[in-house]
Amino acid sequence: MPNFFTDNKDLQFIFDTLDLKEVVALKEHDFKFVQEFDHAPADYDDARDNYRRVLEVVGQICGENIAERARTVDQEGPHFENGKVTYHPLTQKNLQDLKTAGVMGVMLPHQYGGLNFPNTIYTMMTEMVSRADASLQNLFGLQDIAETICDFGTEEQRQEYLPQFASGEADGSMDLTEPDSGSDLQSVRLRAWQDEKTGQWYLNGMKRFITNGCAKVHLVLARSEDGTSDGRGLSMFIAEACPELVVRRIEDKLGIHGVATCELQYNNVPAKLCGQRRRGLTKYVMSLMNGARVAISGQALGIAEAAFREARKYAEEREQFKKSIDQFPAVYDMLTGMKVKLQATRTLMYNTTKVVDLRNSYVHMLDNLPKEQLTDEIREKAKYYTKLAALLTPMCKAMATEVANQVSYDCIQIHGGTGFMRDFNAERYYRDARITNIYEGTTQLQVVAAIGGVVLRVVESELQPLLSLPYEGKLGRLKGKLNEMLELQRKAVKFVSERKDSAYLDQMARRLVECETAIYVGALMLKDAFNHDERQPLVERYVNDAYIDAKAKYEAITSGDTSVIDNHRDIIDY
Amino acid sequence: MSYKILVFVKQVPDTQNISGDAMKPDGTVNRAALPAIFNPEDLNALELALQLKDKYGAKVVAGTMGPPNAAEVLREAMYRGADEAVLLSDRAFAGADTLATSYALSCCANKIGKYDLILCGRQAIDGDTAQVGPQLAEKLALPQISYVEEILELSKNKVKARREIEGGYEVVEAPLPALMTVIDANEPRPAAARRLMKYKKARTPFELSRDHANANYTDAEALAVEQENLKSRGLLITEYSASEVGADIQRTGLNGSPTKVKKIQNVVLKATDSKMIEANEAGITELIHELIADHTLG
Repeated sequence: MPNFFTDNKDLQFIFDTLDLKEVVALKEHDFKFVQEFDHAPADYDDARDNYRRVLEVVGQICGENIAERARTVDQEGPHFENGKVTYHPLTQKNLQDLKTAGVMGVMLPHQYGGLNFPNTIYTMMTEMVSRADASLQNLFGLQDIAETICDFGTEEQRQEYLPQFASGEADGSMDLTEPDSGSDLQSVRLRAWQDEKTGQWYLNGMKRFITNGCAKVHLVLARSEDGTSDGRGLSMFIAEACPELVVRRIEDKLGIHGVATCELQYNNVPAKLCGQRRRGLTKYVMSLMNGARVAISGQALGIAEAAFREARKYAEEREQFKKSIDQFPAVYDMLTGMKVKLQATRTLMYNTTKVVDLRNSYVHMLDNLPKEQLTDEIREKAKYYTKLAALLTPMCKAMATEVANQVSYDCIQIHGGTGFMRDFNAERYYRDARITNIYEGTTQLQVVAAIGGVVLRVVESELQPLLSLPYEGKLGRLKGKLNEMLELQRKAVKFVSERKDSAYLDQMARRLVECETAIYVGALMLKDAFNHDERQPLVERYVNDAYIDAKAKYEAITSGDTSVIDNHRDIIDY
Repeated sequence: MSYKILVFVKQVPDTQNISGDAMKPDGTVNRAALPAIFNPEDLNALELALQLKDKYGAKVVAGTMGPPNAAEVLREAMYRGADEAVLLSDRAFAGADTLATSYALSCCANKIGKYDLILCGRQAIDGDTAQVGPQLAEKLALPQISYVEEILELSKNKVKARREIEGGYEVVEAPLPALMTVIDANEPRPAAARRLMKYKKARTPFELSRDHANANYTDAEALAVEQENLKSRGLLITEYSASEVGADIQRTGLNGSPTKVKKIQNVVLKATDSKMIEANEAGITELIHELIADHTLG
């Protein structure tokens, strides 16, 4: 029986080599919690030992229990009758296993029953759970909601809800999307009104496409300010399941069948304000979405891992023309490409989570430390990592989710006709991957979120140290290619900026963001190969492909070709 | 009321994941080359105990007989929910067969004192004898229920369990205290993260002094303080020697083991080609003639 942590060489490589000293010291407040909690780590090595042990437990549950149940869960799904959602018995077992393992409040502070782990380690769990059953991640990942209550709720709300989340007793949902507000959340209409006598808030309206909308605890984005129509009139509320909160139906979806996606009707549902009024979208939902984007990246990575393994196994076993098909160039080329994309994504993934961890800790200090304890260093780091995370998070989500689609597509291709059949896992991965580059912001929206940071050259300060190591031989030549790509990228950004044409920038934004991602990922992989020879073939494949691609994109970006902008109507309408 | 349940477990070589050098040339198990694991059916016994703890309230004590390293399975029992752990360890126990093992465990159970239930896995994957549990019951003069799948009822004076029999099951009752051996009929729970992070620090007194010796640190007083500290946090694993449980060393270990290995046969299973039989009268007739010809039938 496989353990999804110990059987994954690449994931363990990341775990072993990623330097989390600063992250962990910040998260554990210089290891002071050990005085108070038996399970809290005494130092960095102790913390890492905890992480490894818990990852092995989760890896075992995923490999031995959850993966085995995934196909049945996918085929049968949850049940909806008389307004009540009942999860598949195997999904319930999966959740019970994760609850028993005590991993439903991974990032929550010790004092509320959580493990106080960094996002990096939590994302490794996300990846493994998703590899086993992508739809289960949508339930496992809802512990992010507790994070939001922890960050922005009152102490009373924290004490009421967080221990329930940590023990797995309460589950959550985030109720944002409405029939007419998807990507454009500023237009949310669900109305919140306050009884002036009692101070009690009530919610009225509709929400749609709500993952696990049958949850006990809901975080709801609602319009609290009459007469407003933009994001500044929205606040965040906590509501609990009650007769006034009606699940009208659950969706029949292409993928992630194991989780219920609900349509909700709010009929004067009592609610509590979470945080300050008017900051619902601008601050809290943005924070929630940033966390969720990292989680979806992890989900996509897990699906890609599963799809790659399935493809590889099939290609080794399947014989045609008297040999296994993985010996044919057309097939091993595909497998190589899948694997390199997978590892490149994982490299970006965990460098992103590390930056997210640093941002979370420094911003937390900025928001919570008494003024006299705030140093310039804290202020600067909070600012720096906020800016960097705001670039890397959408870059990572765009890359991971597109790669998951490509890898699961190739997985079916390698299976041939067999992969088209419901009896095999390949088609499930393909269907499950398809939502990842849509929800929590489409790839197109990730490009919008990332392009500002690309134009401002945010990543330059990270690239310099990576590209200044004393590379020699093959790595030296690869560094040369990356430097060349970087030069082209700078020129391309300059070209686009100088045109001062926002339509042209929008038109070229995806290419710019993809080139930026490739350069950063290439540099990270180059550093890994510098420290570990075994990683050399990976970075060589990655950079060689990325180099050719970057040159073509540079040509396109600096072509000044506006034919799409000028003629799209004519072409579409022809 | 709260029950007290003893679960006897064993650390065994992992015979499921064997590599090339799993056997020595003389045909005995090469323990050094195999990872040591928690005997699978002992995990089922522990799970059953923990289910009783969840349902009725109980104190679960995990015990094992083995070398100092066997403390690892006790820690694993604690990660999953055992409240206390006891290691029975002494050179005098080495080389025990089932008779000497069950004798040593009976001394241990008597030393631990009052209990309501003793649970054991049906058998260990290294010896596959399924004898230790039943022998232990005999030595302690306890009623025993073997091959237990599930406990249906536990009350002050009796336990009602479902046990597997060939082709079905039967439901039996026994007065308490009783001993049960448990089969692979439940799904053992995973380790709980917080318990894991806490109890990974649990040590036997032997391990603690070994850690000190490894660190070239031999302050006896500091050792005693640290031991006290572990104990106050529930992290000290009780360790008993043969004399501490009042065992007669003529009845333990190799001394107490009448079992002698007469001969070891190395069986190599060879895969042979499969053969398709046509699913019709002619195919079946042909197969039957073939089986009669090679004396498989008739």
